[in-house]
Formats: sequence, structure tokens, C-alpha cells
Amino acid sequence: MRELDAALLTETVARLCIQANLRLPEDVKERIQAARQEEDWPVARNILDNIMENYSIGGEVPICQDTGMACVFLEVGQEVHIRGDVTQAVNEGVRRGYEEGYLRKSVVRDPLDRVNTGDNTPAMITYELVPGDKVTVTVAPKGFGSENMSRIAMLKPSDGAEGVKNFIVDTVEQAGPNPCPPIVVGVGVGGTFDKCALLAKKALLRPLGQPSPLPFYQAMEAELLERINALGIGPQGFGGRTTALAVHIETLPTHIAGLPCAVNINCHVTRHMTEVI
Amino acid sequence: MARHITAPLTPETARSLRAGESVLLSGTVYTARDAAHKRLCALVAEGKPLPFPIEGSVIYFVGPSPARPGQPIGSAGPTTSYRMDAYSPTLLALGQLGMIGKGKRSKEVIDAMVKAGAVYFGAIGGAGALLAKCGQASQLVCSEGPAPDAIRRLEVENLPLTVVIDSTGANLYETGRAAYLAWRKQEK
Repeated sequence: MRELDAALLTETVARLCIQANLRLPEDVKERIQAARQEEDWPVARNILDNIMENYSIGGEVPICQDTGMACVFLEVGQEVHIRGDVTQAVNEGVRRGYEEGYLRKSVVRDPLDRVNTGDNTPAMITYELVPGDKVTVTVAPKGFGSENMSRIAMLKPSDGAEGVKNFIVDTVEQAGPNPCPPIVVGVGVGGTFDKCALLAKKALLRPLGQPSPLPFYQAMEAELLERINALGIGPQGFGGRTTALAVHIETLPTHIAGLPCAVNINCHVTRHMTEVI
Repeated sequence: MARHITAPLTPETARSLRAGESVLLSGTVYTARDAAHKRLCALVAEGKPLPFPIEGSVIYFVGPSPARPGQPIGSAGPTTSYRMDAYSPTLLALGQLGMIGKGKRSKEVIDAMVKAGAVYFGAIGGAGALLAKCGQASQLVCSEGPAPDAIRRLEVENLPLTVVIDSTGANLYETGRAAYLAWRKQEK
């Protein structure tokens, strides 16, 4: 059994919170550059140029002022024993990262009394047990302009693939300019109500441009991207081709009576940073 | 070429702006998000004075990230505007002439804008680092609660904006999309 001090988890989370908010991942940059080449509408090209200039500034200023709620994914190897309170260690990492990185504190302690916690805690943590003696830590700060445009539907099995596709396209069309297009569309299909939503969020962690390994869903992703980019919403909703950068679909087995479908929207600042400890 | 305009706005300038126009805004704007708008409207309801001159004012829907020492402001892109829809008509009726944000507005807000001769600008959502470069100085006007929800007086220089909804009610979110789709149809 490998021994790991929870303090190491704190340091890692703090570092990842800062890095994720200051630097856009290369796959996202590459996808935005490719979209700029494909864009045929002048207003839209202009916006994409500004977006590229924004992430190139880099350094000390967060790419977006909404430095998000800290979504932390922990894949914990079964052969690791973590000394200390894991949840506390992660929250301490968020606290330090958001303070040291001059990141915005955007979390309220209760959804209705709305008092800011002042340190961006608690993190939204997802734990997963995996084989091995390593811990994979992913921090994905999630802005709420796009989170607010996300939806879930408990579709009927008879709705089938068409029902799923229409729900996804309709969600993007309803969102329009609100989630800061161009967007990344994370989709979960199947599972239960809760697991379906989690799948949609995890779909946003997949590197952009990496299609589903399942041929059926790979084709569906390509078809949906084309349909969404024919809506005409465009960057910032001012019109144009580039409404979405990618559609990622993740699936799970589900019940004979159900067809859950969750759509988690992310903006062009699709941030995530991973480290293995 | 983008047109240079100054905040606070004159009624003439506000009425002359057209949806789709690019502008560079310099001057004084006030930052306010949901909680700040709620406080402003509560002051109006109580008949109390507002913490800044509302006539001709431009409110930027933004909660900047904390400024590093020596910097006037942190990352400062727009937040989604529809959350301010419940409050904007009250402030527009008092003479506010400009709003900066991103995303759709309600019919009630657009009606209030037409009545007031006001304009709604879009800043690029997610481009907070770029927009921060236009911030010259920032001063706290009113703070109850944590930093993102504070009202700040912000001096800006050449803030790049697009007129999304003008004082006639014309809306770039509708016309821009329609123009692109019409062009695309013609191309095919």
C-alpha cells in the first residue's frame, strides 16, 4: 500500500486551480484556431480573433473573470492510502489556489441566503476508485454563464436517437448568445438522473477534437456539430458559423423504461488541468 | 472603423447608436451584478438616493476577479445580462442610458430601453483578460458583501463593444443571425 500525505493533494489542487484559470489547454486553443480558419462570416472572424488575443495575454490575469466553481475529479488508486482528510485537503487547496492566484470567489454557502463563503469553497468533488497506486487529480473551474444554460431531460425510449439529437440542438438554440459561444457541448445519455448529469460534465473533460471511441456516437457527434453550426448563432451570438467547437457524447447503460439525456454547456474558455500524483 | 463614444452618455449619443455598430467606449462606467442591482432597486423603492449619478450612466454587468497589487482591475468580462432583467427597467426609468453585458434581454427591458432612449452593448464574454487592459482606474462606490458584488466606479479607455440592442429596439442577436443565414442560403 502506497502512503500519500493529504498535504500533497492540497498543494496539487492549489496549483491546478491557478494554472487552469490562467492558461487555456492547448487542445482548446487549437480547436479555436481551426474554427477561425473555417469561419466565413466577417463579424464572427473578428470575435474569434479577439478570443485568440485574450487567451494569448496569459500570465497573471485569469482568461475569464468567472473563475468558476472548482469542479475537482479524483481518480484514487485502490493501492493508495491517503493520510488525512481528503475532502478537507481538497478544499484547502481550492482556498489557497483562489487566494494566491487572485481568482474570483464566486461561491455562496446556501442557494437561497446567498452569503459568499469568501474562499470559493466548497469544491464540487467527484471521487472514483480505480486500480493502481496513483491519484489522478483534475481541476475544471466551471463558469455559470454556460452552466445556467444546461438542461436534463428524462426522454422516453420511443424518442430514440432523433429525440436525443433534437433535445441537444434545442438546448443550444434556446441558450443562444447567453453561454458565450462558441461553446463546447457535453452530453450524457443513459444511466440514472444523477449519473447522466455527471456524464455530461465529464464529457467536457475529453480533449477537444478527440471523438467518441464508439462509431455510432462518433457519427452522432459529427452530425450534431454540423447541425449546431448551421443554426447561425455564431460567436457571441452576433451571427456566424462557429456556434460550437465540439460535441462530446458519453453514455451509460440505462433502465428499460428510460432514456435520460443531459446537456452540459461550456463556453470557449473550457478549462481543465490534470496531474497524476 | 469603430466609433469613439464617452460615458456617461448624452441622450443624443445614445439615440444615434445602431444595433451592430462597433464602438470604443471611454469614460466612467459603474460595475454591478445581481446583488448590487437588488440593492439599487431597494434604495429606489425606499426613496433613498443612489450611490452614483444615474442620469446618462452606463452600468457594466461585471464582477471582476481581484486586482493584483499595482493593477487597477483583474479579469473583467461581462456576466449574462438576463439576470438583471428584473431590475433594469427601474433604473432605465430614472435616466440610465447604457448597459454592458452579454446575452438576451427580456421584452420588458427592451420596451423600457425604447421609452428611455437607452442602448445595450455587448462585450466579449470570456475575454476578461483582454477587457481588463481597458480598465484605467477602479474605485469602490458601495460594498455590502464580497468583492464580486460590489459597485465600482471604473474608468475605461477604448473598451471594445458592439451595440446589441439600440434605442429603437433593433436587436443584433436577431438581425445578425438572420443576415448570416440568408447569406449562407444564397451561397449554397
